[in-house]
Amino acid sequence: MAITQLSALLENTPGTLYQAVSTISDAGINLRALSVADTRDFGILRVIVSDVEKTKEVLSDSTICTETKVIAAKMSDQAGALKKILAVIQETGVNIEYVYAFTSPVAGSAYVVLRVDDVEGAEEVLARRGIETLTDQDLEGLL
Amino acid sequence: MSNYYQKEIETASREEILKIQNEKIVKQVKHVYENVPYYRNLMDQKGVKPEDIQSVDDIKKLPFLTKDDLREAYPYGLLGTDLKNCVRIQSTSGTTGKRVVAFYTQHDVDIWEECCARAIMAAGGTSDDVCQVSYGYGLFTGGPGLNGGSHKVGCLTLPMSSGNTDRQLQFMMDLNATILCCTPSYAAYLGESLAERGYKPEDNKLKAGIFGAEPWTEEMRRSIEKSLGIKAYDIYGLTETSGPGVSFECEEQTGMHINEDHFYAEIIDPKTGEVLPEGSKGELVFTSLDKEGFPLLRYRTKDICILSRKKCSCGRTHVKMTKPLGRSDDMMIIRGVNVFPSQIEAVLLKEGYTPNYQIVVDRVNNTDTFDIYVEYSPEQFSDKIAVVQAQEKALNGAMRSMLGIGPKIHLVAPKTITRSEGKAVRVIDKRKLHD
Repeated sequence: MAITQLSALLENTPGTLYQAVSTISDAGINLRALSVADTRDFGILRVIVSDVEKTKEVLSDSTICTETKVIAAKMSDQAGALKKILAVIQETGVNIEYVYAFTSPVAGSAYVVLRVDDVEGAEEVLARRGIETLTDQDLEGLL
Repeated sequence: MSNYYQKEIETASREEILKIQNEKIVKQVKHVYENVPYYRNLMDQKGVKPEDIQSVDDIKKLPFLTKDDLREAYPYGLLGTDLKNCVRIQSTSGTTGKRVVAFYTQHDVDIWEECCARAIMAAGGTSDDVCQVSYGYGLFTGGPGLNGGSHKVGCLTLPMSSGNTDRQLQFMMDLNATILCCTPSYAAYLGESLAERGYKPEDNKLKAGIFGAEPWTEEMRRSIEKSLGIKAYDIYGLTETSGPGVSFECEEQTGMHINEDHFYAEIIDPKTGEVLPEGSKGELVFTSLDKEGFPLLRYRTKDICILSRKKCSCGRTHVKMTKPLGRSDDMMIIRGVNVFPSQIEAVLLKEGYTPNYQIVVDRVNNTDTFDIYVEYSPEQFSDKIAVVQAQEKALNGAMRSMLGIGPKIHLVAPKTITRSEGKAVRVIDKRKLHD
């Protein structure tokens, strides 16, 4: 369950994000979603891609690249959709580390990516409440 | 006319000093040979007997001692007398694992304090002065040394120790301190702090400062002199030989007179160990001439400097040394603390990091900045910001407990640290302390 996100460490200098994204696109990999966080000394690039292994391979030449399991929960494109998902998570007491979103090729829906401290627990609760979450296989179909 | 603590010896002729040194070295070598098995072994290995040393000219036959010897012999291996005869222990600031500990008999403490008294009087000190000692007190030799010297001169001594700037300034102003003893960076900081509180340089009663324990420049001297309205004097020493006061500046401010009746100085080629003629630049080596507790023969300081016997206008005849012009090893002095890159490497490996690091030292507003950049390894890398911050904090703590001062830690991406011809540049010192 859950999906695989890749996190890569980027030097905090001009041009490094471009370099990383170029490397991914030059390898013919499609970027489904992307988020960048920054610390004082470096940036962390988080991506969801069509080919995890290949992305890891091409990025590892220039930086550290690690896999992280994240939840991608489906939401409808209407007011209150994210609130509904977060309310479920909040009830369980699971802590959210970070969050970002991407749209689905299916019209009218989007996905929220959640990095939580208890992936299995969160997924179980979401499933119980009828909220759809993606697996790596689902992702392949989407991309 | 200069101000002396022991005029007769401080202005003695070259012949008289040599006579004293020759008498003392024979006794000192005999004392070491009989009481310090560690050094006796070194002498035996080199085939040198105490009888071979009849004058200071023979010192070059003796084996060298290095900091490695001191670590190996830790704690009692170089002790020169029974512990029951010793009255004091001092230690060096933050060094790897085993620190250097030095032992003093009352006689050793007296000599040390006399040397400091000479420095205070060379800076114009008399029994009318109020001497504010703002070096750290404790295992560090700065505070105890100048404190003792100040007593010997008869100054009213203010044993402030370091830190607590508000109290430092309050006592300096309220109790009319006339002489300030501390590290040059702290003196600069006190000068700035006074200005921030609206005081002008002429508002304080200070006339002189005795500053040492870290490298400082001529430019920094002028700036301290201006901000405090004083004349600033340099002082040199190391725990291994006693502490501050091994050499000190007079009013000429053109080098530090070495107390030659207690310490014999040589300049050697750091690579070959060969003794170099006067005026050559090389590594400074000290031989104690009359120590009991911790007598060291031919101790290599790793400080690079030049000796000069040029006549000094102050009337002192003892040889002068330049400020250290560099190091023959990779030791840095940061905020008065000795730091070796090898210590930093040891901490990184112990904490599970790569040994790919870079130390950046700079001086901003007269205070040293100390940053360490460390490359992440895949095992450590976390994509959670909170984890990154916790890692940096933990590494800072580990460094602080090893070094005695805490660097700012920067965890960075792999292969981002500057490499020169494939070799990582470990240290970037932007302070420009040496010409």
